[in-house]
Amino acid sequence: MSLKKKVSMTVNGVAVNAEIEPRRHLVDFLREDLHLKGPHLGCEQGACGACTVKVDGQIIRGCLYLAVQADGCVVETIEGLTKSGALAHLQESFMRHNAMQCGFCSSGMLLAAAELIEKQPKASREEVREWISGNYCRCTGYHSIVDAIVDVLEARAKGQKIKPVVAHA
Amino acid sequence: MNKPSDLKGLVLDPVTNDQRYIGNSEPRHSARRLLEGQGTYIDDIQLPRMGHVVFWRSPVAHMKIGKIHTEQASKMPGVLAIVDGVQMAKICKPWVATLGHLAGMKSAPQHALAIDRACWQGEPVVAVVAETRAQAEDALQLVDVEWEELPAVISMESALDPKTPLIHPELGDNLCFTRSLDVGNVDEAFATADVVAEATFGFGRHTGVTLEPRCQIADYNPGERRLTVYHSQQAPHMMQDLYCRQFGLSESDVHVICKDVGGSFGIKVHAYPDDFATVGLAMMLERPVKFVADRLESFTSDIHAREHRIKGRIAANKAGDILAFEIHDLTGIGPYSMFPRTSAIEGNQVVNLVGGPYKHQHYRAHLDVVFQNKTPTCQYRGVGHPIACAVTEGLVDLAAQKLQMDPLEFRKRNVIPDDAYPCSGISGIKLEVLSHEQCLRTIEKMMNYPALRKEQAELRKKGIYRGIGFATLIELTNPSPAFYGVGGARIASQDGASVRLDPSGVVSVLVGVGEQGQGTEGIYAQIAADAVGVSINQVRIVTGDTDVTPYGGGTWASRGAGVGGEAVLLACQALQENILKLAGAILNRPVAELSVHRSHVLDKATGEQLLPFSEIGRIGYFRTDTLPAGFSADLMVTRHYTQKDYPFIFTNGVQASYVEVDPDTGFVKLLKHWAVEDCGRVLNPMLVDEQVRGAIVQGIGGVLFEECLYDESGLLRNGSMADYLVPMANEMPDIEVAHVETPTQSSKLGAKGAGEAGTAGAPGAVQNAINDALLPFNTAVFDQPITCEKILRVLKKI
Ligand code: FES
Ligand code: FES
Repeated sequence: MSLKKKVSMTVNGVAVNAEIEPRRHLVDFLREDLHLKGPHLGCEQGACGACTVKVDGQIIRGCLYLAVQADGCVVETIEGLTKSGALAHLQESFMRHNAMQCGFCSSGMLLAAAELIEKQPKASREEVREWISGNYCRCTGYHSIVDAIVDVLEARAKGQKIKPVVAHA
Repeated sequence: MNKPSDLKGLVLDPVTNDQRYIGNSEPRHSARRLLEGQGTYIDDIQLPRMGHVVFWRSPVAHMKIGKIHTEQASKMPGVLAIVDGVQMAKICKPWVATLGHLAGMKSAPQHALAIDRACWQGEPVVAVVAETRAQAEDALQLVDVEWEELPAVISMESALDPKTPLIHPELGDNLCFTRSLDVGNVDEAFATADVVAEATFGFGRHTGVTLEPRCQIADYNPGERRLTVYHSQQAPHMMQDLYCRQFGLSESDVHVICKDVGGSFGIKVHAYPDDFATVGLAMMLERPVKFVADRLESFTSDIHAREHRIKGRIAANKAGDILAFEIHDLTGIGPYSMFPRTSAIEGNQVVNLVGGPYKHQHYRAHLDVVFQNKTPTCQYRGVGHPIACAVTEGLVDLAAQKLQMDPLEFRKRNVIPDDAYPCSGISGIKLEVLSHEQCLRTIEKMMNYPALRKEQAELRKKGIYRGIGFATLIELTNPSPAFYGVGGARIASQDGASVRLDPSGVVSVLVGVGEQGQGTEGIYAQIAADAVGVSINQVRIVTGDTDVTPYGGGTWASRGAGVGGEAVLLACQALQENILKLAGAILNRPVAELSVHRSHVLDKATGEQLLPFSEIGRIGYFRTDTLPAGFSADLMVTRHYTQKDYPFIFTNGVQASYVEVDPDTGFVKLLKHWAVEDCGRVLNPMLVDEQVRGAIVQGIGGVLFEECLYDESGLLRNGSMADYLVPMANEMPDIEVAHVETPTQSSKLGAKGAGEAGTAGAPGAVQNAINDALLPFNTAVFDQPITCEKILRVLKKI
């Protein structure tokens, strides 16, 4: 069964060289071999979006994407994007609106939301709902997630920052 | 609108002497790590020497198991063991899930891995353990089970026919449980009524679809003879107890740990055959074994819920008074009653709750719970409430129509008045205090009802069919031991909290109820901060570990805030007393002269700061030599709480839905949804809002999309997330939430549960809205999920 292929890629800014079975999915490689906990497996069928990661700047479903396909690519997960601050405003806004409950969908949801903000900075509430419709959340009812994203869009349009949530002492 | 303080007259007295957090929309700071991809769910845990188990599951609804061939499979790379039911039964006892207080209830013994027969498609038969999951799956292909298909009982309608085969011949029939209730004089009420309306309500089976599938790691350490189970579960102590009893272990030998749980909704409060099998394998192999269900396994082996057919009728008089309800409920639960809560509870709730919000005096109900060869059903969010509510509210709308009364007016006239409590509902349920009248007034204002009716009428003239639907509801929360304890199930209705002042002044709180995303830990931090008198970032919450937390029941029946929260409050107030006692001893002053404010002990009279908590901690732990002889500082206290005043504390609320139905396509567009919820004292409005919204969307899933579809031979037809429709953001409406606060007097905190009422009310509200839109066509649909096809059928378009 084991016909391994050599691959190299950059994951969250770090060069990674590995030998991988061609059938191995990218998300399994990231989770099991690189011990990243951010991308989750909800369905393994491409339906839920929990496994969303970025490959060469595009969001993809890690459960449908083979790790060997990412050979030579730049892969980013929620961990790397958190560290670089790329998601900071969205994360603060999600905190403020309680736009997560169990958090299992959150990494995927945030990556989808970040792409929306880049591609459709003027999105309406309905367009936000439409955009995140590829990401399943069983807990929140979506309303608070939409609120959180809309807040970031509005703040950006006004050139404002989302203030960090701090514990009220 | 969402903050209680915005609602006039509802500002409650504070629970603590310096309340800062309780009642505020405090963000859950502990959730930040979830937004940074740093949660720890079961699948994130990898242990040394960990094996992975996959199951060969029955491919048909009912089969006789023949010879099992494993030779080929066991030679596959990485395979550690292949185990069948007979081998497993040597270490794991079978179980029978019945409750003593459900008179006459029966079920058959069930095994961790099926022996002789498998009774539903998806029942685990053979376990394959390998070093990696991929290797286990590769080997699984080569397991060869000889089997013979047996006749299957699929339809619940014919399950009790004498000609139908018996699933468990030793039980004598396919009836699990039956119950009849007859109160008042129902026949006379119907005979003398001015209007009688009736309908048959259908409810499709659905399931929880937690985004994180069911999963666990069992780790048996032979040196210590100790079993540790990492579990995505709602009730860790319950599982500890079950593992002890099924495997003959001592409680001191079993440790259950629940870290982050990726959604639960009742799906993860049951004990599954897979759970016991995984533990059994870890014990046999003396190494850790991980089980993570894939999505197809989730659909065929997570509990299902809510397959009911209910014939119902209502009687009313011309004046607009509801006189009586009568229902006949038939429900199918699969081949076994589920362990340990039993599958009869759902139907039992329907009997208890139909007609619940109203003051009628005549009620008759009959319930039959039957076995069938489908996935077992059991408690899922709302348990019986969505069914009872959709039936009640559907009948109420039919009666209002016949009387030509406005449905909201009709409800206002018939709900139990706010000043009538405490009282008993007609089914015998005890109601402490509810606020139906106030909730109805609130929702009317919130949705601007007259304007909406006007808009609806005008649009109707233009051929646009919109509908408004209401659902008034009651929901049981804060259960007492009368729920399971009296029936002999070892499920704790009490819960406990241990709280400790650490040397630096930080407050550590250990609680029996854990976190599955509701924000439970967040509200415990709020309660603890206020009750001890520290800032919220000085509080640390620990849950989900049977080795360290007080014994408790965990998360079910919306008890986290009302029962767990009360335990936290009591423990923290006791800690504050001990802090004052210690301060008195240090300062050599009477305790009555002291008080606590923001991590300091003060002179009560002058407000002067006398001692910071860090000093209390320093002396209490490191300089006890300076304290009076015989004085014990006791900076850790434990308190338990059981709600004993009522069998349950009921909450209430009302929801309204506004929809547009396209009569050409049958398509339903949800335009808006409103909810008014009375969960007693609101501890954190933002968290309650999200509970309500999330629950409503699950209810909407049930009424419009979700159904586990079976073919005639009992095979599940839609076992993937692409085929089983779940609500996504795009088709969901905005949901406005308001609160009425009627605290329960059964606790100091006054909190009632808030997790399920949303799911309870939404199906009734949406169903009624659709039928209101269909009114001009003189038709209605009462079969959930209400699909486009069903709408087109009642419109006679197909
Ligand atoms: S796990 Fe990849 S889309 Fe669901
Ligand atoms: S927060 Fe639980 S799935 Fe989205």
